[in-house]
Amino acid sequence: MTSQRPQRVKTRRAAQPVAVPADRVGIKTLLFKIVLLAILDAFAVIAIFMAVAKDSPLIAGALALVTLLVNVVYLKRGWLPAKYLVPGTIFLLLFQVFVIIYTGYIAFTNYGSGHNSDKDDAIMSLQQTNLNRVPDSSGYPVRVVEGADGLQLLVEIDGQPALGDSDDPLTPITADEAASLSILQFGQLLERQQELAELAVPVSDDPAEGMLRTQDGATAYPYTSSLKYDKAQDTMTDTTTGVVYRDIGTGAYTAEDGSELMPGWAVNVGMDNFTKALTDSSMRGSLIQVTTWTFAFAFISVASTFFLGLFLAIVFNDMRMKGRKIYRVLSILPYAFPAFLGGLVWAGMLNQDFGFINQTLFGGAAIPWLTDPWLAKLSVLWVNLWLGFPYMFLVCTGALQSIPNELSEAATIDGARPFQIFRLIKLPLLLVSVAPLLISSFAFNFNNFNIIYMLTNGGPRIQDSDLGVGSTDILISMVYKVAFEGANRDYGLASAFSIIIFVIVAIIAVISFKQTKALEDLN
Amino acid sequence: MTTLKLTPTRRTFGQWFAATGWRHLIGVALVIYSAFPLLYVLSASLNSEGTLLSSNGLFQAVSLDSYVELFQNPQRPFAAWFVNTLFIGLTTSVASVLLGAMAAYSFSRMRFRGRRFGLVSLLVVQIFPQLLAVVAIFILLTTLGDVFPILGIDNQIALIMVYLGGALGMNTYLMYGFFNTVPVEIDEAAKIDGAGHARIFFTIILRLVAPILAVVSLLSFIGTTSDFVIASVVLVSPENQTLAVGLFQYVSEEFTSNWSVFAAGAVLAAIPVMALFLFLQKYIVGGLTAGSVK
Repeated sequence: MTSQRPQRVKTRRAAQPVAVPADRVGIKTLLFKIVLLAILDAFAVIAIFMAVAKDSPLIAGALALVTLLVNVVYLKRGWLPAKYLVPGTIFLLLFQVFVIIYTGYIAFTNYGSGHNSDKDDAIMSLQQTNLNRVPDSSGYPVRVVEGADGLQLLVEIDGQPALGDSDDPLTPITADEAASLSILQFGQLLERQQELAELAVPVSDDPAEGMLRTQDGATAYPYTSSLKYDKAQDTMTDTTTGVVYRDIGTGAYTAEDGSELMPGWAVNVGMDNFTKALTDSSMRGSLIQVTTWTFAFAFISVASTFFLGLFLAIVFNDMRMKGRKIYRVLSILPYAFPAFLGGLVWAGMLNQDFGFINQTLFGGAAIPWLTDPWLAKLSVLWVNLWLGFPYMFLVCTGALQSIPNELSEAATIDGARPFQIFRLIKLPLLLVSVAPLLISSFAFNFNNFNIIYMLTNGGPRIQDSDLGVGSTDILISMVYKVAFEGANRDYGLASAFSIIIFVIVAIIAVISFKQTKALEDLN
Repeated sequence: MTTLKLTPTRRTFGQWFAATGWRHLIGVALVIYSAFPLLYVLSASLNSEGTLLSSNGLFQAVSLDSYVELFQNPQRPFAAWFVNTLFIGLTTSVASVLLGAMAAYSFSRMRFRGRRFGLVSLLVVQIFPQLLAVVAIFILLTTLGDVFPILGIDNQIALIMVYLGGALGMNTYLMYGFFNTVPVEIDEAAKIDGAGHARIFFTIILRLVAPILAVVSLLSFIGTTSDFVIASVVLVSPENQTLAVGLFQYVSEEFTSNWSVFAAGAVLAAIPVMALFLFLQKYIVGGLTAGSVK
């Protein structure tokens, strides 16, 4: 509901250009500025070091660049507009512009469950899974130690103590260091069986050399992965079955028979996500149904809220009527009520078995308000009308009151009847002023996630849909479901759907700009 | 109608009804439609029996047990959700009003190269709501979180920063128009008296545009507190979540049995927003219509 705010502000009278005040800065202001910048720079330097330490040159570079820019802008004389624009612009560029471009990038990858990281990480984690004890290997005496990040193993190999945990391979330590460690007793280990069972310490940086694991906390045995990585050939071989898995460009090692080793890694898949969305018959069916409903939902929502709002504005726009103010305050309550709560409350009231509507108003009838495809659509529209009409009521009241009375007086003198005055004079004037709001309200409802998700959760589910979408799902809730619900998260496909929404929204925006000539008013 | 018997007043009642009486009928119907669901939540929250079914008898039982129970469930820390929501909402709204006002000031009072381009870009950028890029935001925060835990998933600071990304696009336009209505002569007079640009902005302009600051901060607060998509993706652990995320899970997990406790949560969650809204109603209605209807 909140985004139904006016999107643009038109001003008749443009502010005259002002000779910008000179940079006359007092000592106090200057000191304040320098202290602020110093604090900021200190944080930035720490952050850059952290980024370098974590091996992320890209983040470190970007940070350094931004810090430099901020310093230049605020220390240089002049550049006044930049001083006021830079803080907001940094956030805007990172969390609005960049993420949109990044969405475009993700849409061309297979990012998602099983394809989360890069290839090196995938190779590493494949070699750390499928562990088997090395046959006939002898055990090493070990002690379990409480480390900073959980349990650690203390091993003595050839008289040299070494320490390591699941993330850090064994590293040699001195005997003095070994003596100072707090070694867990048998009783303490019993309580942490689960943790102990998961502890696997790499012998060295090369995962192919295997891991040490212990069951009893006293003896550890070397384990190696049954998967052998061949760097030169770029293949994974399962040593127990002899099957060879190759990188065939799909982001996972794949055997001849098509079986894949998971986890894989994210790769560029070109237009695959878009082709899949538009050609796969089940997916295309869902997409078409969801898109149609999105348009219908947005259009009917705008139309119903506008007409109810307009009707009420006309009804209550009579000076003779008493108590108009009370009616107005009470009727805008739904607008003040948080929209997500509105959806949840109505979901309870419309519940088929226990809800107020069925139990009290319909005397115990079992009307499937939220579980029948068509009734669910009706319920969504009904609740959205409840949430949305007060806004239109307010706006239409304002618009009606801003139409000069002289116009209707002149028309009355010319012999026009009240309805004619309304239809021929007031309505056209009103439409001119509220048209931009209707368009922005359409754009808002197009992505009105909360009402759908809270009321019906998109349901009832369409049986033959692969994507798990339902009859009342709109495009944005479909994106959310594909990306964040269920076991199989497909970020790439979800981003491709997002891009489709971007295109639709852009088209709506172009039409709205043409309609309202918003750009001409800029000065 | 009973009025048929009242012969002396019949005409006047008919006249009254034709002029304004029917409007009251519509008004009453309207109030029932808009206010009943709110009354229903209130009644359900006071009914400590607690199920969806038992909530149908309005105000049959009145007790505050559900409110007490609401604060005693460690798996669903309502108090923490409430504090988190206030913290995230207030920080975001104050910061985004400041960022937006600074940008609006420079667009309204200064003439510089790229100004028109800046205005047009803001207009274009604000068309695309942030929630469309939620997948990219999630992946970006996951990546950033590996380096700086404070900017990662499940951190409220990260969420606030994401919300601030939308600050300029949403607010600058609304404020820009209002800033333009403040006469520039005021700036000039202050300048002659020796005030610098920062002084003019913070001590003069910001005071003169207070109404629009109130409107924008309220809209930003409401927008932030009712966001579900981004908050649910970013905030994972229960003690970090906001009301929108927490209460949704409350309902989706134990829908019918815990209805009264949920209703109590809904009442408490709605009170701050509704109070602010009704308190600032005059400004909001003014701001909505001044900005758009002309």
